[in-house]
Amino acid sequence: MLARVTTFAIDGLESRRVSIEVDIRSGLPAFRVVGLADTAVREARERVRAALLNSDFQFPSKRITANLAPAYLPKVGPGFDLGLALGVLAASEQMPSEPLAEWALFGELSLGGQIRPCSGTLAVAEGAAASGIAGLVVPVERAREAALVAGVRVAAAGTLREVVEVLDGTRAPTVAAPSSPAVEPDTGDVPDFGEVIGQPDALEAIEIAAAGGHNLLLEGPPGVGKTMLARRLPGILPPLARDEALAVTRIYSVVGLHGGGLLSRRPFRAPHHTISAAGLVGGGSPPAPGEASLAHHGVLFLDELSEFGRAALEALRQPLEEGWVSIVRGQRSRRFPTRFTLVAATNPCPCGFAPDPRRCECSEADLARHQRRLSGPLLDRIDLRCTLERPRPSELARAPAETSESLRARVIVARERQLRRFGDDGLRCNGQLDARAARGRADLTGAAERALTDAYERHYLSARGMDRVVRVARTIADLAGSDRTESDHVLRALAFRQDPAVEPAAA
Amino acid sequence: MSAALATAAESAPVTACARCLRRAWLVEALADHLERVSRVDALDATLALSDAALTAALAPAGPSRRRLRTGYQRFDAESAAATTRAAGLHAVCRHDGGYPTPLHDLAGPPAVLFASNPRRLGELTGEPLVAVVGARRASAYGLRIARDLGRGLSAAGVTVVSGLALGVDSAAHSGALEAGGRTIAVLGGGADVPYPRTKRALHARLLREGLVVSELPPGASVRRWSFPARNRIIAALARVTVVVEAADRSGALITARVARELGRDVAAVPGEATARLAAGTNALIRDGAHLVTSAQDVLDLACGVGVRSPPALPDPESLEPRLRYVYAAVQAGRDSPGALAATREEARAVLVALTELELRGFLRRGRGGRYEPCG
Repeated sequence: MLARVTTFAIDGLESRRVSIEVDIRSGLPAFRVVGLADTAVREARERVRAALLNSDFQFPSKRITANLAPAYLPKVGPGFDLGLALGVLAASEQMPSEPLAEWALFGELSLGGQIRPCSGTLAVAEGAAASGIAGLVVPVERAREAALVAGVRVAAAGTLREVVEVLDGTRAPTVAAPSSPAVEPDTGDVPDFGEVIGQPDALEAIEIAAAGGHNLLLEGPPGVGKTMLARRLPGILPPLARDEALAVTRIYSVVGLHGGGLLSRRPFRAPHHTISAAGLVGGGSPPAPGEASLAHHGVLFLDELSEFGRAALEALRQPLEEGWVSIVRGQRSRRFPTRFTLVAATNPCPCGFAPDPRRCECSEADLARHQRRLSGPLLDRIDLRCTLERPRPSELARAPAETSESLRARVIVARERQLRRFGDDGLRCNGQLDARAARGRADLTGAAERALTDAYERHYLSARGMDRVVRVARTIADLAGSDRTESDHVLRALAFRQDPAVEPAAA
Repeated sequence: MSAALATAAESAPVTACARCLRRAWLVEALADHLERVSRVDALDATLALSDAALTAALAPAGPSRRRLRTGYQRFDAESAAATTRAAGLHAVCRHDGGYPTPLHDLAGPPAVLFASNPRRLGELTGEPLVAVVGARRASAYGLRIARDLGRGLSAAGVTVVSGLALGVDSAAHSGALEAGGRTIAVLGGGADVPYPRTKRALHARLLREGLVVSELPPGASVRRWSFPARNRIIAALARVTVVVEAADRSGALITARVARELGRDVAAVPGEATARLAAGTNALIRDGAHLVTSAQDVLDLACGVGVRSPPALPDPESLEPRLRYVYAAVQAGRDSPGALAATREEARAVLVALTELELRGFLRRGRGGRYEPCG
C-alpha cells in the first residue's frame, strides 16, 4: 500500500515542497528512508517507530520504504518526522489517506508521541501558502509564528494522536488566529542612553548614524564606553516595518534562535573577533546565514575591529555594498539579506594610548600595521568616525543628557523626511545612497559646496571621502529639518570624517 | 606612471649627455659588486673612479667583466633617454646648468640626477636646502618634531631634503607638503620606484607636489650600499643637516658625518638623556653639533639669524568671538570635542567651530581626534 504526505524542506531562508511517499509491502521487516536525507532525517525512523508504538498505534512488521521527493534537494533536520509517521499510518491503513491531500505537516516527534517545535516554521508556512495548500499542521509552540502568513489555515497540534484525530475529522483543529498585522515596537531590555554620562559628541555621531543608517567607527582606548554606546543604538532606531519584521523573524526562525510570534526588536549582534568568514557572512553545508544576516535590519557590532581576521573582514565587502550576500556551496547558491548598520570599535593604536603622545609607545611601523588592518573595503563603507576619550572627572558629575526615547523621536522624524524624499526609489535612508547619487540628492548650498571643496583642497578628504561627508551632511540636515544641506551641516559632518590614507598617520 | 607626468617629461627633454647617462647605467650594472664597499667614504671614493677603473676595480676578471665591457661599448644613449622619459623622469648631468652645484663638493658626485620634475628641481635647489633625517622607528615625539620642522622650513621658503624612509624622513616630507611642498626626496633606488612600499601614497604626492630624485636610472632597485650612497647626496645637497632622533649607529649619523666632512653645518634635536633614540643625537651635540629645537633655530643656522621666519600665523584676534573662544580653549589643552562640550547643543557648535578653524588654518586634527594649534 502506498501513501503520500506533503511537507516542506528548508532551503536557505525559503522552504520547498517535499512529498513523502511511503510504501509498505511484505518482506523482511525494514524501514528505509531514501532521497538525500541527512542524519537527522534518517534517525527519524527510530523516533517514528517509538512515537507510533507509544501513541497506541501499530508499527508494521513489514518492509517499509519512504522516499522524499524531489530527490535532488538535500533534506535537513527533524521536521520530516510528522510527515513520515502519518505516511506510515496511512500506508498501513491505520487512518484514511484522503485528508492527507489537503494538509501539509511539519514537526519533530518525541519518542512519546509529542510534537516538538522545530526551526523554520515561518518559512514553511510561507511555502504552504505559496503552493496553495489548504491547511498546515505545526507544533503548538510555532502556531503563532506560522499564523503570521495569510492564506493558509494553521492547525496547532501537541501530539501525534491529536494530528490523526484532526485529520480523520474526529477532532476540531485548534486553529491559530491570524496574528495582528501591527508590529508592536519592542525595545525590551535594550539599555537606555539615559544612563550615559558625558560624551556629547559621541551621542551626536550615534544619533546621525541611527537617523541615516550610516556605518560608524568608534575609536578610543579600552574601557571608554565604545561597547556601551553601541549596545544602546538599537534602542533609538525606528521600529521595524512589518515586512522588515517578517524578514528578521524568518531568519531567526530558520537558524532556530527564536520561537513564536513576530520579532519586533531590531537585532543587535556582536560576534567575537575570532569569528570565521563563514560565521560572519554565512556558510557551511548546507549554507546557513551568518552574523551579518542575523543583524539584518539591525546593528552588527564588531568590537576590536583590528583583531578580526582579514578573510572575515574581506568577506563583509559584498554584504556592506549590496545589502545581501550570496553563498555558494556544492553547486547550490543561496542569497541571504544583510542590510545592517555596522558599528565598529577599535583602539586608536596597538597600545591603546595614542591620544596621549607621552604614554603611547607605538612606533610608526606599529601604527601603520594597525591602520592597514583597519583599512580596505570596510573603511570605505564607514561614513562616520568618532573618537572617544576617557571622561574627565568633572564630566562624571554631570547629569545624563537624554533618554533613548527622545533621541528616537528625532531619528524617526528624520527617517520620515528621507523616505518622503526618496519616494519610490526603494531606498530607506541616506546611508544607502551610492556615492554619485549622494551629491545629486544633497542639494548643497553655495557655502556648503565651498566648505567641502576647501577641505578637499587641504587634503583632508579623498574623493570618496567627499561623498561620505555629503551623505552624512544630508542626514544632519534631515535631523535639523532642513531641505537644503547648509554649510554648518557639512562642517559638522567633516568633524566626523576619516582622514585619507595619506602617510604617515598624523603624528 | 600617470599620463600627466609622462607628458610633462616629454615637453622637457632629457638634457644629460650621453657619457654621463652611460656612467649612470654602468653604476647600476655594477650595483651588485658595489655591495662589497661598505663604508660611505670608501663608497664616495669608489664612485669617483673613472668608468674603466671602476669596472676594473669591481667586476671580477672573466666573462662577466667582458660582458660588462661589451654592454658599455654598445651603450645606446637614445634608448636610455627614451626609458627615462617613459618613466616620467627627467635627467640632468654634472655638465648641465640645472645640476645642483653643491653636489660637486663630493669626491664622486652622481654623474646624472634623475628627477621627477625639471622645473621643480630648479625652484627647489635655488634656495637654501636643509636635510631633516632620523630614525625609522621614531617615537611619537620625534615624528611630531620632524613634521613641525618640515612644515616650518617649507613655509619659510627653505627646501627640506630627506630620504623617504619610514619615521622621521617621511614625517619631514609630510610636514613640508602641508606648507607649500618645498621638499626633495632622494631615493636609493630609481626615482620612479616607491621605496619603502608602504610610502607609496607619500611618494605619489611628492611626485605631484614636491620632487623625487635619484642617481640611479629608472627602475633600479635598492641595495644595501644605496642607502649610504643616498645619504651622501642628501648631505651634499643641504646647507644644514638636522638629525631628529637617532640611536647609536643609525643611518642618519652617516648623513651627519658626510655633512661634517663636506664642511656643512650639522644640527641635532636633543632628546631625553636615557632614551635609546636620543643616544645618537645627544652624542652629536656633545661632539659640537648645533642644538636646535624649532624651525626658527634651523632657519637662523641656514640663512643667518633673523633673516627668515616661518610666515606669521593668521591672527587669532581676527576671529569671531565664538571661534576665538574655541581656539583659546584648544591652546589651553581642551583639545577634543569631548573636552570642549558639555551638552549636545554645545557639541554641535564645537564640531562646527573646530572644522572651521581647521579649514582656516588655525588648527589641525592630530592622532586620536585631538586638535592642535598650527605652527
